[in-house]
Amino acid sequence: MNKIRTIDSESFRRTVNRLAHEIVERNIGTDNLVIVGIRTRGEYLARRLARKIEEIEGKSVQVGILDITLYRDDLRGRLDQPQLKSTEILFDITGKVVVLVDDVLFTGRTIRSALNALTDLGRPALIELLVLIDRGHRELPIKADFVGKSIPTSLKQEIKVMMTETDSEDSVYVLDVDEEGKETRA
Amino acid sequence: MKLKSRHLLGLDGMAKEELALILDTAVSFREVLDRPIKKVPPLQGKTVVNLFFESSTRTRISFELAERRLSADVVSFSTAASSVSKGETLKDTARNIEAMKIDMVVIRHAAPGSAHFLTRVVDANIINAGDGAHEHPTQGLLDMYTLREKFGTLEGLRVCIVGDISHSRVARSNIYGLTTMGAKVSVCGPATLIPKDIQQLGVKVYHRLDEVIPEVDALNVLRIQLERQKSGLFPSLREYHRFFGVTKEKVSKASKPITIMHPGPINRDVELSADLADGEHSVILQQVTNGVAIRMAVLYLLGTTN
Repeated sequence: MNKIRTIDSESFRRTVNRLAHEIVERNIGTDNLVIVGIRTRGEYLARRLARKIEEIEGKSVQVGILDITLYRDDLRGRLDQPQLKSTEILFDITGKVVVLVDDVLFTGRTIRSALNALTDLGRPALIELLVLIDRGHRELPIKADFVGKSIPTSLKQEIKVMMTETDSEDSVYVLDVDEEGKETRA
Repeated sequence: MKLKSRHLLGLDGMAKEELALILDTAVSFREVLDRPIKKVPPLQGKTVVNLFFESSTRTRISFELAERRLSADVVSFSTAASSVSKGETLKDTARNIEAMKIDMVVIRHAAPGSAHFLTRVVDANIINAGDGAHEHPTQGLLDMYTLREKFGTLEGLRVCIVGDISHSRVARSNIYGLTTMGAKVSVCGPATLIPKDIQQLGVKVYHRLDEVIPEVDALNVLRIQLERQKSGLFPSLREYHRFFGVTKEKVSKASKPITIMHPGPINRDVELSADLADGEHSVILQQVTNGVAIRMAVLYLLGTTN
Protein backbone atom coordinates (compact mmCIF):
# COMPACT_ATOMS: atom_id res chain seq x y z
CA MET A 1 0.00 0.00 0.00
CA ASN A 2 1.31 3.39 -0.95
CA LYS A 3 1.26 5.51 2.18
CA ILE A 4 3.23 8.75 2.51
CA ARG A 5 3.58 10.65 5.75
CA THR A 6 3.23 14.32 4.90
CA ILE A 7 3.20 15.72 8.42
CA ASP A 8 4.96 14.15 11.40
CA SER A 9 4.30 14.90 15.04
CA GLU A 10 6.83 17.73 15.24
CA SER A 11 5.50 19.61 12.24
CA PHE A 12 1.95 18.84 13.41
CA ARG A 13 2.70 20.71 16.64
CA ARG A 14 4.30 23.64 14.80
CA THR A 15 1.37 23.87 12.41
CA VAL A 16 -1.19 24.02 15.23
CA ASN A 17 0.91 26.65 17.00
CA ARG A 18 1.15 28.76 13.87
CA LEU A 19 -2.62 28.52 13.32
CA ALA A 20 -3.25 29.66 16.91
CA HIS A 21 -1.02 32.69 16.30
CA GLU A 22 -2.81 33.45 13.04
CA ILE A 23 -6.20 33.38 14.80
CA VAL A 24 -5.18 35.93 17.43
CA GLU A 25 -3.36 38.04 14.86
CA ARG A 26 -6.29 38.30 12.51
CA ASN A 27 -8.86 38.86 15.26
CA ILE A 28 -6.61 41.25 17.23
CA GLY A 29 -6.80 39.19 20.42
CA THR A 30 -9.50 36.91 21.76
CA ASP A 31 -12.33 39.30 22.64
CA ASN A 32 -15.64 37.89 21.49
CA LEU A 33 -13.86 34.84 20.04
CA VAL A 34 -15.14 31.27 20.35
CA ILE A 35 -13.90 28.07 18.72
CA VAL A 36 -16.25 25.38 17.43
CA GLY A 37 -14.83 22.04 16.31
CA ILE A 38 -16.63 19.58 14.04
CA ARG A 39 -16.72 16.05 15.46
CA THR A 40 -14.45 14.12 15.74
CA ARG A 41 -10.96 15.43 14.93
CA GLY A 42 -12.14 19.01 14.51
CA GLU A 43 -13.06 18.88 18.18
CA TYR A 44 -9.56 17.79 19.21
CA LEU A 45 -7.99 20.45 17.00
CA ALA A 46 -10.30 23.09 18.49
CA ARG A 47 -9.24 22.13 22.02
CA ARG A 48 -5.54 22.22 21.13
CA LEU A 49 -5.94 25.62 19.47
CA ALA A 50 -7.79 26.97 22.51
CA ARG A 51 -5.03 25.76 24.83
CA LYS A 52 -2.37 27.38 22.66
CA ILE A 53 -4.27 30.67 22.41
CA GLU A 54 -4.58 30.74 26.19
CA GLU A 55 -0.82 30.30 26.39
CA ILE A 56 -0.24 33.15 23.95
CA GLU A 57 -2.83 35.63 25.19
CA GLY A 58 -3.33 34.58 28.81
CA LYS A 59 -7.08 34.43 28.31
CA SER A 60 -9.25 31.37 27.92
CA VAL A 61 -11.41 30.83 24.86
CA GLN A 62 -14.68 28.89 24.93
CA VAL A 63 -14.80 25.70 22.88
CA GLY A 64 -17.91 24.05 21.46
CA ILE A 65 -18.45 20.76 19.61
CA LEU A 66 -20.65 20.53 16.56
CA ASP A 67 -22.22 17.28 15.30
CA ILE A 68 -23.37 17.81 11.73
CA THR A 69 -25.03 14.41 11.12
CA LEU A 70 -28.57 15.84 11.03
CA TYR A 71 -27.54 18.39 8.40
CA ARG A 72 -25.77 16.06 5.98
CA ASP A 73 -27.03 16.08 2.41
CA ASP A 74 -26.31 12.35 2.02
CA LEU A 75 -28.32 11.16 5.03
CA ARG A 76 -30.67 9.23 2.77
CA GLY A 77 -29.31 6.87 0.19
CA ARG A 78 -26.61 5.53 2.47
CA LEU A 79 -26.69 1.90 3.44
CA ASP A 80 -25.10 2.44 6.81
CA GLN A 81 -26.49 4.98 9.21
CA PRO A 82 -24.01 7.51 10.58
CA GLN A 83 -24.05 7.53 14.34
CA LEU A 84 -25.73 10.62 15.69
CA LYS A 85 -23.90 12.36 18.51
CA SER A 86 -24.69 15.50 20.43
CA THR A 87 -23.78 19.05 19.66
CA GLU A 88 -22.24 20.57 22.78
CA ILE A 89 -22.12 24.34 22.47
CA LEU A 90 -22.89 25.56 25.95
CA PHE A 91 -22.76 29.27 25.12
CA ASP A 92 -24.68 31.67 22.91
CA ILE A 93 -22.92 32.17 19.57
CA THR A 94 -25.01 35.21 18.63
CA GLY A 95 -22.76 38.24 18.08
CA LYS A 96 -19.60 36.13 18.50
CA VAL A 97 -16.69 35.56 16.15
CA VAL A 98 -16.82 31.80 15.58
CA VAL A 99 -13.74 29.98 14.37
CA LEU A 100 -15.09 26.80 12.81
CA VAL A 101 -12.51 24.02 12.88
CA ASP A 102 -12.21 20.79 10.90
CA ASP A 103 -9.34 18.49 10.05
CA VAL A 104 -9.69 18.15 6.26
CA LEU A 105 -11.36 20.45 3.74
CA PHE A 106 -12.37 18.42 0.66
CA THR A 107 -15.70 18.84 -1.20
CA GLY A 108 -16.93 21.52 1.18
CA ARG A 109 -20.15 19.64 1.93
CA THR A 110 -19.30 19.07 5.58
CA ILE A 111 -18.69 22.79 6.00
CA ARG A 112 -21.98 23.59 4.25
CA SER A 113 -23.76 21.34 6.77
CA ALA A 114 -21.84 22.91 9.63
CA LEU A 115 -22.78 26.44 8.54
CA ASN A 116 -26.45 25.48 8.49
CA ALA A 117 -26.15 23.83 11.89
CA LEU A 118 -24.37 26.88 13.33
CA THR A 119 -26.86 29.41 12.01
CA ASP A 120 -29.67 27.34 13.57
CA LEU A 121 -27.98 27.92 16.92
CA GLY A 122 -27.74 31.69 16.65
CA ARG A 123 -26.44 34.56 14.56
CA PRO A 124 -22.68 34.89 14.86
CA ALA A 125 -21.11 38.26 13.97
CA LEU A 126 -18.60 36.41 11.81
CA ILE A 127 -17.67 32.83 11.02
CA GLU A 128 -14.07 32.00 10.06
CA LEU A 129 -13.02 28.60 8.76
CA LEU A 130 -9.89 26.84 9.91
CA VAL A 131 -8.72 23.51 8.49
CA LEU A 132 -5.60 21.51 9.14
CA ILE A 133 -5.43 20.17 5.57
CA ASP A 134 -6.91 21.58 2.37
CA ARG A 135 -6.85 18.80 -0.21
CA GLY A 136 -8.77 20.57 -2.99
CA HIS A 137 -11.67 19.19 -5.12
CA ARG A 138 -14.31 21.60 -3.88
CA GLU A 139 -17.90 20.95 -4.98
CA LEU A 140 -19.25 24.08 -3.28
CA PRO A 141 -17.96 27.67 -3.21
CA ILE A 142 -16.24 27.40 0.18
CA LYS A 143 -12.79 28.68 1.13
CA ALA A 144 -10.85 28.41 4.38
CA ASP A 145 -9.53 31.48 6.24
CA PHE A 146 -6.77 29.54 8.00
CA VAL A 147 -5.05 26.55 6.41
CA GLY A 148 -2.46 24.34 8.13
CA LYS A 149 -1.18 22.85 4.90
CA SER A 150 -2.46 22.62 1.34
CA ILE A 151 -1.91 19.15 -0.06
CA PRO A 152 -2.88 18.79 -3.72
CA THR A 153 -4.36 15.31 -4.11
CA SER A 154 -5.95 13.19 -6.80
CA LEU A 155 -9.41 11.70 -6.23
CA LYS A 156 -7.73 8.31 -5.99
CA GLN A 157 -5.97 9.42 -2.86
CA GLU A 158 -7.17 9.73 0.68
CA ILE A 159 -5.98 11.95 3.52
CA LYS A 160 -5.67 10.33 6.89
CA VAL A 161 -5.29 12.64 9.87
CA MET A 162 -4.20 10.97 13.07
CA MET A 163 -4.32 12.63 16.48
CA THR A 164 -3.16 11.21 19.79
CA GLU A 165 -6.61 11.81 21.30
CA THR A 166 -7.83 8.74 19.38
CA ASP A 167 -4.85 7.48 17.40
CA SER A 168 -1.30 6.33 18.14
CA GLU A 169 0.41 9.49 16.89
CA ASP A 170 -0.01 13.02 15.55
CA SER A 171 0.48 12.78 11.81
CA VAL A 172 -1.04 13.19 8.37
CA TYR A 173 -0.77 10.52 5.67
CA VAL A 174 -1.63 10.52 1.98
CA LEU A 175 -2.92 7.09 0.92
CA ASP A 176 -3.62 5.67 -2.53
CA VAL A 177 -7.06 4.14 -2.87
CA ASP A 178 -8.82 2.34 -5.72
CA GLU A 179 -12.08 3.46 -7.33
CA GLU A 180 -14.31 1.91 -4.66
CA GLY A 181 -12.56 4.03 -2.08
CA LYS A 182 -10.73 1.09 -0.51
CA GLU A 183 -7.07 1.16 0.36
CA THR A 184 -5.00 -0.61 -2.30
CA ARG A 185 -2.02 -2.79 -1.70
CA ALA A 186 1.06 -1.70 -3.60
CA MET B 1 -25.55 0.10 13.76
CA LYS B 2 -29.13 0.47 12.74
CA LEU B 3 -32.53 -0.95 13.64
CA LYS B 4 -33.34 -4.37 12.20
CA SER B 5 -36.93 -3.57 11.28
CA ARG B 6 -38.18 -0.64 9.24
CA HIS B 7 -41.17 -0.39 11.57
CA LEU B 8 -41.58 0.11 15.31
CA LEU B 9 -44.43 -2.17 16.37
CA GLY B 10 -43.40 -3.07 19.90
CA LEU B 11 -40.44 -3.55 22.22
CA ASP B 12 -41.08 -7.31 22.45
CA GLY B 13 -38.25 -9.09 20.68
CA MET B 14 -36.05 -6.04 20.16
CA ALA B 15 -32.39 -6.56 20.96
CA LYS B 16 -30.63 -4.72 23.76
CA GLU B 17 -28.36 -2.99 21.21
CA GLU B 18 -31.37 -1.68 19.29
CA LEU B 19 -33.01 -0.27 22.41
CA ALA B 20 -29.70 1.29 23.44
CA LEU B 21 -29.32 2.83 19.97
CA ILE B 22 -32.73 4.52 20.26
CA LEU B 23 -31.99 5.77 23.79
CA ASP B 24 -28.54 7.08 22.77
CA THR B 25 -29.93 8.77 19.68
CA ALA B 26 -32.60 10.45 21.81
CA VAL B 27 -29.86 12.08 23.93
CA SER B 28 -28.83 14.09 20.86
CA PHE B 29 -32.41 15.14 20.18
CA ARG B 30 -32.90 16.09 23.82
CA GLU B 31 -30.14 18.66 23.23
CA VAL B 32 -31.96 19.98 20.14
CA LEU B 33 -35.04 20.63 22.32
CA ASP B 34 -33.03 23.02 24.49
CA ARG B 35 -31.95 25.15 21.53
CA PRO B 36 -33.54 28.47 20.61
CA ILE B 37 -34.44 26.97 17.20
CA LYS B 38 -35.80 23.53 17.97
CA LYS B 39 -35.74 22.28 14.43
CA VAL B 40 -33.31 20.11 12.44
CA PRO B 41 -33.55 19.02 8.79
CA PRO B 42 -33.12 15.20 8.50
CA LEU B 43 -36.71 14.37 7.45
CA GLN B 44 -37.03 17.22 4.97
CA GLY B 45 -39.28 16.11 2.11
CA LYS B 46 -40.74 13.15 4.04
CA THR B 47 -44.47 13.03 4.71
CA VAL B 48 -45.77 11.54 7.93
CA VAL B 49 -49.42 10.75 8.62
CA ASN B 50 -50.70 10.45 12.17
CA LEU B 51 -53.69 8.10 12.21
CA PHE B 52 -55.39 8.35 15.58
CA PHE B 53 -58.42 6.08 15.80
CA GLU B 54 -58.53 6.57 19.56
CA SER B 55 -58.58 9.86 21.40
CA SER B 56 -55.22 11.02 22.63
CA THR B 57 -53.92 14.47 23.29
CA ARG B 58 -50.40 14.17 24.57
CA THR B 59 -49.18 11.30 22.40
CA ARG B 60 -50.52 12.92 19.24
CA ILE B 61 -49.08 16.34 20.06
CA SER B 62 -45.79 14.73 21.06
CA PHE B 63 -45.54 12.86 17.74
CA GLU B 64 -46.57 15.93 15.77
CA LEU B 65 -43.95 18.07 17.46
CA ALA B 66 -41.30 15.40 16.94
CA GLU B 67 -42.15 15.17 13.24
CA ARG B 68 -42.19 18.93 12.70
CA ARG B 69 -38.92 19.37 14.58
CA LEU B 70 -37.33 16.92 12.15
CA SER B 71 -38.71 19.04 9.28
CA ALA B 72 -41.17 16.41 8.02
CA ASP B 73 -44.48 17.35 6.40
CA VAL B 74 -47.23 16.28 8.77
CA VAL B 75 -50.88 15.35 8.33
CA SER B 76 -52.91 14.31 11.35
CA PHE B 77 -56.33 12.89 11.56
CA SER B 78 -58.52 11.57 14.33
CA THR B 79 -61.61 9.43 14.05
CA ALA B 80 -64.30 11.92 14.86
CA ALA B 81 -63.55 14.03 11.79
CA SER B 82 -62.76 11.23 9.36
CA SER B 83 -64.43 8.87 6.95
CA VAL B 84 -63.94 6.07 9.50
CA SER B 85 -67.16 7.35 11.02
CA LYS B 86 -68.68 6.65 7.63
CA GLY B 87 -67.81 2.98 7.92
CA GLU B 88 -64.53 2.77 6.03
CA THR B 89 -62.27 -0.12 7.06
CA LEU B 90 -58.74 0.39 8.39
CA LYS B 91 -57.36 -1.25 5.27
CA ASP B 92 -59.22 1.10 2.93
CA THR B 93 -58.28 4.15 4.97
CA ALA B 94 -54.63 3.15 4.95
CA ARG B 95 -54.52 2.33 1.24
CA ASN B 96 -56.21 5.58 0.34
CA ILE B 97 -53.72 7.52 2.38
CA GLU B 98 -50.86 5.61 0.83
CA ALA B 99 -52.15 6.49 -2.61
CA MET B 100 -51.39 10.07 -1.61
CA LYS B 101 -47.65 9.18 -1.46
CA ILE B 102 -46.71 9.20 2.17
CA ASP B 103 -43.53 7.87 3.77
CA MET B 104 -44.40 7.08 7.38
CA VAL B 105 -47.54 6.30 9.36
CA VAL B 106 -48.01 6.69 13.11
CA ILE B 107 -51.04 4.72 14.23
CA ARG B 108 -53.08 4.58 17.44
CA HIS B 109 -55.93 2.07 17.38
CA ALA B 110 -58.07 0.18 19.91
CA ALA B 111 -57.44 -3.17 18.22
CA PRO B 112 -54.26 -5.04 19.21
CA GLY B 113 -52.19 -5.83 16.13
CA SER B 114 -53.52 -2.96 14.04
CA ALA B 115 -50.02 -1.54 13.48
CA HIS B 116 -48.85 -5.01 12.46
CA PHE B 117 -51.74 -5.27 10.05
CA LEU B 118 -50.80 -1.96 8.40
CA THR B 119 -47.30 -3.21 7.61
CA ARG B 120 -48.94 -5.84 5.39
CA VAL B 121 -51.18 -3.47 3.44
CA VAL B 122 -49.04 -0.37 2.97
CA ASP B 123 -45.41 0.22 2.07
CA ALA B 124 -44.66 3.08 4.48
CA ASN B 125 -42.70 2.84 7.74
CA ILE B 126 -45.22 2.11 10.52
CA ILE B 127 -44.88 3.35 14.09
CA ASN B 128 -47.21 1.94 16.71
CA ALA B 129 -48.54 4.71 18.98
CA GLY B 130 -50.62 2.27 21.03
CA ASP B 131 -52.66 -0.72 19.84
CA GLY B 132 -55.29 -1.81 22.32
CA ALA B 133 -53.82 -3.55 25.36
CA HIS B 134 -50.86 -4.82 23.33
CA GLU B 135 -47.98 -2.29 23.19
CA HIS B 136 -47.14 1.40 23.29
CA PRO B 137 -43.45 1.22 22.42
CA THR B 138 -42.58 4.93 22.40
CA GLN B 139 -44.09 5.29 25.89
CA GLY B 140 -41.97 2.35 27.08
CA LEU B 141 -38.89 3.94 25.52
CA LEU B 142 -39.50 7.35 27.04
CA ASP B 143 -39.99 5.79 30.46
CA MET B 144 -36.71 3.92 30.01
CA TYR B 145 -35.00 7.11 28.84
CA THR B 146 -36.28 9.04 31.86
CA LEU B 147 -35.09 6.32 34.25
CA ARG B 148 -31.69 6.10 32.57
CA GLU B 149 -31.33 9.88 32.70
CA LYS B 150 -32.13 9.85 36.42
CA PHE B 151 -30.14 6.78 37.50
CA GLY B 152 -27.41 6.60 34.84
CA THR B 153 -28.13 2.98 33.95
CA LEU B 154 -31.04 0.56 33.69
CA GLU B 155 -28.94 -2.45 34.64
CA GLY B 156 -30.14 -3.74 37.99
CA LEU B 157 -32.59 -0.86 38.47
CA ARG B 158 -35.68 -1.90 40.45
CA VAL B 159 -38.90 -0.61 38.91
CA CYS B 160 -42.46 -1.45 39.94
CA ILE B 161 -45.43 -0.81 37.68
CA VAL B 162 -48.52 -0.15 39.77
CA GLY B 163 -52.16 -0.46 38.72
CA ASP B 164 -54.22 -2.11 36.00
CA ILE B 165 -51.61 -4.30 34.34
CA SER B 166 -54.15 -6.41 32.42
CA HIS B 167 -55.44 -3.61 30.25
CA SER B 168 -52.19 -1.69 29.95
CA ARG B 169 -50.07 -1.46 26.81
CA VAL B 170 -47.78 0.89 28.72
CA ALA B 171 -47.08 -1.86 31.25
CA ARG B 172 -46.31 -4.40 28.55
CA SER B 173 -43.91 -2.18 26.62
CA ASN B 174 -42.17 -1.21 29.86
CA ILE B 175 -41.81 -4.84 30.91
CA TYR B 176 -40.34 -5.95 27.57
CA GLY B 177 -37.97 -3.00 27.27
CA LEU B 178 -36.79 -2.77 30.86
CA THR B 179 -36.18 -6.51 31.32
CA THR B 180 -34.16 -6.58 28.07
CA MET B 181 -32.01 -3.74 29.41
CA GLY B 182 -31.36 -5.68 32.61
CA ALA B 183 -33.71 -3.89 35.03
CA LYS B 184 -35.57 -5.80 37.75
CA VAL B 185 -39.25 -5.24 37.05
CA SER B 186 -42.19 -5.96 39.31
CA VAL B 187 -45.91 -5.26 39.05
CA CYS B 188 -48.37 -4.43 41.81
CA GLY B 189 -52.15 -4.26 41.74
CA PRO B 190 -55.36 -6.06 42.64
CA ALA B 191 -55.37 -9.72 41.54
CA THR B 192 -58.27 -8.99 39.20
CA LEU B 193 -56.13 -6.51 37.22
CA ILE B 194 -52.96 -8.60 36.91
CA PRO B 195 -52.82 -11.22 34.15
CA LYS B 196 -52.27 -14.81 35.23
CA ASP B 197 -48.83 -16.09 34.24
CA ILE B 198 -47.36 -12.59 33.90
CA GLN B 199 -44.32 -13.98 35.79
CA GLN B 200 -43.38 -15.62 32.51
CA LEU B 201 -42.36 -12.18 31.24
CA GLY B 202 -39.75 -12.10 33.99
CA VAL B 203 -41.54 -9.87 36.50
CA LYS B 204 -42.32 -10.31 40.19
CA VAL B 205 -45.94 -9.90 41.27
CA TYR B 206 -47.07 -8.04 44.37
CA HIS B 207 -50.55 -7.41 45.64
CA ARG B 208 -49.59 -5.06 48.46
CA LEU B 209 -47.85 -1.71 48.01
CA ASP B 210 -46.25 -1.85 51.47
CA GLU B 211 -44.42 -5.03 50.45
CA VAL B 212 -43.00 -3.63 47.22
CA ILE B 213 -42.18 -0.05 48.26
CA PRO B 214 -39.05 -0.94 50.31
CA GLU B 215 -37.79 -2.98 47.34
CA VAL B 216 -37.77 -0.43 44.51
CA ASP B 217 -36.00 2.64 43.10
CA ALA B 218 -38.94 3.86 41.02
CA LEU B 219 -42.71 3.44 40.81
CA ASN B 220 -44.42 3.77 37.45
CA VAL B 221 -48.02 4.48 38.41
CA LEU B 222 -50.61 3.66 35.75
CA ARG B 223 -53.81 5.55 35.15
CA ILE B 224 -56.88 3.74 36.44
CA GLN B 225 -59.57 3.85 33.78
CA LEU B 226 -62.57 5.33 35.55
CA GLU B 227 -64.97 3.40 33.36
CA ARG B 228 -63.36 0.15 34.57
CA GLN B 229 -65.16 0.74 37.87
CA LYS B 230 -68.40 -0.57 36.39
CA SER B 231 -66.71 -3.79 35.24
CA GLY B 232 -66.59 -5.18 38.78
CA LEU B 233 -62.82 -5.71 38.69
CA PHE B 234 -62.45 -3.51 41.75
CA PRO B 235 -65.17 -2.33 44.14
CA SER B 236 -64.78 1.44 44.08
CA LEU B 237 -62.28 4.22 43.37
CA ARG B 238 -62.13 4.98 47.08
CA GLU B 239 -61.19 1.43 47.89
CA TYR B 240 -58.69 1.34 45.02
CA HIS B 241 -57.10 4.50 46.34
CA ARG B 242 -56.91 3.06 49.85
CA PHE B 243 -55.05 -0.08 48.79
CA PHE B 244 -53.23 0.84 45.59
CA GLY B 245 -53.17 4.62 45.51
CA VAL B 246 -49.56 5.79 45.82
CA THR B 247 -49.36 8.41 48.58
CA LYS B 248 -46.68 10.28 50.45
CA GLU B 249 -47.43 8.32 53.57
CA LYS B 250 -46.95 4.97 51.83
CA VAL B 251 -43.68 5.87 50.05
CA SER B 252 -42.27 7.37 53.25
CA LYS B 253 -41.83 3.78 54.45
CA ALA B 254 -38.92 3.38 52.05
CA SER B 255 -35.40 4.03 53.31
CA LYS B 256 -34.61 6.38 50.41
CA PRO B 257 -36.69 8.57 48.09
CA ILE B 258 -38.58 6.74 45.36
CA THR B 259 -38.82 8.23 41.87
CA ILE B 260 -42.43 8.68 40.77
CA MET B 261 -43.52 8.22 37.15
CA HIS B 262 -46.92 8.36 35.46
CA PRO B 263 -47.77 8.10 31.76
CA GLY B 264 -50.66 10.56 32.17
CA PRO B 265 -53.28 11.80 32.29
CA ILE B 266 -53.35 11.56 36.11
CA ASN B 267 -56.45 10.99 38.17
CA ARG B 268 -55.19 13.06 41.05
CA ASP B 269 -55.69 11.43 44.45
CA VAL B 270 -56.95 8.21 42.87
CA GLU B 271 -53.91 6.24 41.71
CA LEU B 272 -51.43 8.94 42.74
CA SER B 273 -51.66 11.65 45.37
CA ALA B 274 -51.35 15.21 44.12
CA ASP B 275 -48.47 16.07 46.48
CA LEU B 276 -46.38 13.20 45.08
CA ALA B 277 -47.26 14.01 41.48
CA ASP B 278 -46.01 17.56 41.99
CA GLY B 279 -43.28 16.59 44.47
CA GLU B 280 -39.51 16.75 44.14
CA HIS B 281 -39.13 13.06 43.26
CA SER B 282 -41.69 13.17 40.47
CA VAL B 283 -40.28 12.97 36.93
CA ILE B 284 -43.66 13.14 35.24
CA LEU B 285 -42.98 16.33 33.30
CA GLN B 286 -39.50 15.12 32.31
CA GLN B 287 -41.28 12.08 30.84
CA VAL B 288 -43.30 14.40 28.64
CA THR B 289 -40.25 16.35 27.44
CA ASN B 290 -38.26 13.17 26.87
CA GLY B 291 -41.21 11.76 24.91
CA VAL B 292 -40.60 14.27 22.12
CA ALA B 293 -36.88 13.39 22.02
CA ILE B 294 -37.59 9.64 21.93
CA ARG B 295 -40.12 10.04 19.13
CA MET B 296 -37.64 12.17 17.18
CA ALA B 297 -35.05 9.40 17.61
CA VAL B 298 -37.44 6.70 16.38
CA LEU B 299 -38.63 8.76 13.41
CA TYR B 300 -35.06 9.67 12.52
CA LEU B 301 -33.74 6.10 12.74
CA LEU B 302 -36.62 4.65 10.70
CA GLY B 303 -36.90 7.56 8.27
CA THR B 304 -33.29 7.86 7.19
CA THR B 305 -32.45 4.22 6.37
CA ASN B 306 -33.26 2.45 3.16
